[in-house]
Amino acid sequence: MSILEVNNVSIRYMTGDFKDIGLKEYVLRKIKKNYNVVEFWADKDITFSIEKGDMLGIIGTNGAGKSTLLKVVSGIMRPTCGYVRREGSIAALLELGSGFDGELTVRENTYLRGAMLGYTRKFMDETYDRIIDFAELREFEDRPFKQLSSGMKSRLAFSIASLVHPDILILDEVLSVGDGAFRKKSEQKMREIIGSGATTILVSHSIAQVREMCNKILWLHKGRQIEFGDDVQAICDRYQDFLDGKLKL
Amino acid sequence: MFQKLKQHRFLFEELVKRDFKTKYKRTVLGMAWSLLSPLLTLFIMKLVFTQFFGRNMEHYTTYLFCGNLIFAYFNESTSQGMHSLIGNSAIFSKVNVPKYLFLFSKNVQTLINFALTLVIFFIFCLFDNITFTWKFILLLYPIGCLVLFNIGLGLILSALFVFFRDIQYLWGVFTQLLMYVSAIFYTIDRYSVPVQYAFFLNPVYLFIRYFRKIVIEATIPSVWFHLLMMADVLIALGVGCWMYKKYNTRFLYYV
Repeated sequence: MSILEVNNVSIRYMTGDFKDIGLKEYVLRKIKKNYNVVEFWADKDITFSIEKGDMLGIIGTNGAGKSTLLKVVSGIMRPTCGYVRREGSIAALLELGSGFDGELTVRENTYLRGAMLGYTRKFMDETYDRIIDFAELREFEDRPFKQLSSGMKSRLAFSIASLVHPDILILDEVLSVGDGAFRKKSEQKMREIIGSGATTILVSHSIAQVREMCNKILWLHKGRQIEFGDDVQAICDRYQDFLDGKLKL
Repeated sequence: MFQKLKQHRFLFEELVKRDFKTKYKRTVLGMAWSLLSPLLTLFIMKLVFTQFFGRNMEHYTTYLFCGNLIFAYFNESTSQGMHSLIGNSAIFSKVNVPKYLFLFSKNVQTLINFALTLVIFFIFCLFDNITFTWKFILLLYPIGCLVLFNIGLGLILSALFVFFRDIQYLWGVFTQLLMYVSAIFYTIDRYSVPVQYAFFLNPVYLFIRYFRKIVIEATIPSVWFHLLMMADVLIALGVGCWMYKKYNTRFLYYV
């Protein structure tokens, strides 16, 4: 029984004039027939499944539909066609830096983020000290969040997020956070989580990382599924060839 | 939904705290100010309008205060609730959380504000020689209805605001006009009977009227009055919930 099954999932994405326009402009444009909404398939017929303990790497160039696919897998978006079936809890660490509130203190933001990730208050009370120590932000605890440097912010975000123990963990480009020393620490922490048997989905632009860590791989290109399988090295080789321009799709 | 609320209780509490703290920016004056500003409005209105409308009327201050109290809460709750979705777009586009939580937490904050003003209102009533009767307990009905009505409108407005960003200006103009037809500082008995009935189409007027009936006249409004109020609430809530349900996964495209 697979822990996550994505079956024939297609996602239609909209973009166009409708963003940031007002009601008045909307009506005017409708009258002038100048209202353009472009719909395109961000993902088309994606099918894969992973078992418990698997580590799936998703590769592809920008605009391949990776992030959209992850949003569907984590339940933020719903697929236009097809279905996603998952067993157990899922946590997605997408773009860690956003969603904090600049006016709140570091401590308050830590609790808020913990709440967003689905932790309980009891759990946060217990682990708060560990989080702050790991992020090395003890002396900034009660400062407004906006006073932190961007490196500090992502350090805090990582420290909170790394405590999750979901059945499925989604990592979108979060393995590398902060400066040299912290990067080492965070990578080690990440490996710990992965090593503890969590099923993980990893989106990465680093082929080396994918080669080393993943046992299954999904290659997307412009919303289409190019390959999916467990022959990680072979698929990575072909992807590398494609990036070098030796292979045409 | 209650199951979900329970599950997200911690997040909800943290959101309420956040809204509260960012609103008052940890200053003492911040809190006092939000109480002071309706009082100032009241003071000015009393100063200006007593000459025109309050001459032959008993308890004109209380009459004014009823209107101001309700309208200020309605105005604050809806116009701030409108921003609750957009303001939290960074969160709901990254984490799968129920989107109505943001509006609810905003409403908790405005409700607290309303409660504080209500206390001041009752103190004013004492000074204005209002007799407190057991009927005051009935005020819980319009207050409960108003809370739900504000939530309903908040749902509608915050959803609309995602799609059309000029809603905030249109709503600003609309509430201004609404204020003038809500009989906050004048009485409606000089109008013809059909016009007087037309006032009942305005839900905000209903809430104000209910308060005045209980507090100033010490009479209980009719059953129909209650039902009409309930109908307004159900319509607002119904439309709001429907919009959230329908567009739940589409808000994402617009932020």
